[in-house]
Amino acid sequence: MTAAIDVRNVTVRYGDVLALDDAILQVDAGRVTGLIGMNGSGKSTLFKSIMGAVRPESGTVRIGGLPPAAARASGGVAYVPQSEDVDWAFPVSVGDVVMMGRYGRLGITRRAGSADRRAVEDALERVELTDLSDRQIGSLSGGQKKRAFVARCIAQDAETLLLDEPFAGVDQRSEATIVRLLRELAGAGRTVLVSTHDLHALPDLADEAALLLRRVLFHGTVREALATERLAQAFGLESPMSSEAGDEK
Amino acid sequence: MTVLDFIIEPLQYEFMVRAILTTTIAAVVCAVLSCWLVLTGWSLMGDAVSHAVLPGVVLAYLIGAPFALGALVFGFLAVVLIGAIRDTSRVKEDAAIGIVFTTLFALGLVLISVVPSQTDLTHIVFGNILGVSDADLMQIGILAALAFVVLIVKRRDLTLYAFDPTHAHAIGLSPRKLGALLLGLLALTSVVALQVVGVILVVAMLIIPGATAYLLTDRFGRMLIIAPALSAVCSVTGIMVSYWMDASSGGLVILVQGIAFALAYLFSPRQGLLARSLVRRSRSRRAARRSLRSGGAAPEPLPFTRDS
Repeated sequence: MTAAIDVRNVTVRYGDVLALDDAILQVDAGRVTGLIGMNGSGKSTLFKSIMGAVRPESGTVRIGGLPPAAARASGGVAYVPQSEDVDWAFPVSVGDVVMMGRYGRLGITRRAGSADRRAVEDALERVELTDLSDRQIGSLSGGQKKRAFVARCIAQDAETLLLDEPFAGVDQRSEATIVRLLRELAGAGRTVLVSTHDLHALPDLADEAALLLRRVLFHGTVREALATERLAQAFGLESPMSSEAGDEK
Repeated sequence: MTVLDFIIEPLQYEFMVRAILTTTIAAVVCAVLSCWLVLTGWSLMGDAVSHAVLPGVVLAYLIGAPFALGALVFGFLAVVLIGAIRDTSRVKEDAAIGIVFTTLFALGLVLISVVPSQTDLTHIVFGNILGVSDADLMQIGILAALAFVVLIVKRRDLTLYAFDPTHAHAIGLSPRKLGALLLGLLALTSVVALQVVGVILVVAMLIIPGATAYLLTDRFGRMLIIAPALSAVCSVTGIMVSYWMDASSGGLVILVQGIAFALAYLFSPRQGLLARSLVRRSRSRRAARRSLRSGGAAPEPLPFTRDS
């Protein structure tokens, strides 16, 4: 079986900074895969490479067998980036944001039909935000905002879901809700790749884990990944490393 | 003079009817576009592009091409130059914008001064709403209709682009193309408004209505109705006042819009300065009462925190 996400020998450089160095990762469908690494290890860069938002110097990416542009155009891949990229004062409601997950399926004016509205209602219910559907997006708490973006992923109904640090600055209830939903999605056959540096949540969240430090150091079970010496290597405690390399931006 | 006289008397003149028609068309299409410009933080870019179209318009006049074509070419040229200077030198974007648009605007002024012309091209700089011909009105109407239709058809994509370009990219849209579309519409709309208020004040029509509407609602859909309605009313009021005062019509159109913004800034039900200070005061009073009731000593004055 071919991997749902196939990252082959991807190298990314920002100017002089080597962000990813010959990264290799195969992610299977029907599982939650945790991507572990410290700040600057290249997690966001790996996501952006998979999404085709940065152009690797070398290497290839396939999502469900398709190159990134084709996968995006087919609506088959959903992405929740780190939240800093969004203007929270923007005059859109929570429901509007979730509806944006449906845009890829809609016609030229993106006019929503009843099936789309049902999908949005359903997604809001699954993240427990139904009551806040009409609220302006910025009036939500950090955890609620993140749940709204996860709802948008669900509404998009994509085969492949990428979530970059979905638990940063998120309350316990939201974290538990998101973990449960990601497990359900993987159970339904979806491919879920989640980056996090919350190691405590990892055993509940993920079926397997990959350790990243500009390249994938290890990919296997969560228990193996959390072995002390492997973690030490991923977090740069063992081998000396230059701290300025791989700034995640 | 009754209110009715105020409105009806100017309408006896054909040039006033044309002026009001033109102004309303320009006000509506500029206001719709302004909703996205203020939310994407493109106000300065709007300023730049609307000034930079001047040489394009003059050159188009010179070779007998449509004004809109010249404006589009120079609008995009300005954006390309700004991007090039920002990306390939240590000069930052705001400085790059300032350099490019003033230089292109100056080029336009020089061209106007050396081009022998039948019509007075300085009207492009300051606007000449009372001198609009039927042909002008026709051109403005067609360009405005084109811009308006594109804006309305693509409104959800443009909103997605303004709010979350990363998601737009993720679902297979091209943020780069949507940005270029918005820029093209900006150049087109600048031409529409040139005639009314002139190059110098176009940017006001491209920023103030959207900013005012943004203070009045939390819904983008409502902004798209409030901004053009408000802008049309303000602009027609400006024209009427200019008739009675015999004062600069372009200037008054913008002045009335500025006053409307000031009123929204002060008195908007939720975002206004007044409403927000009332909310703060009632909050701190309630807190003070609570601490008195709980038998505490004189309450500490609460720091006036800004709600974000």
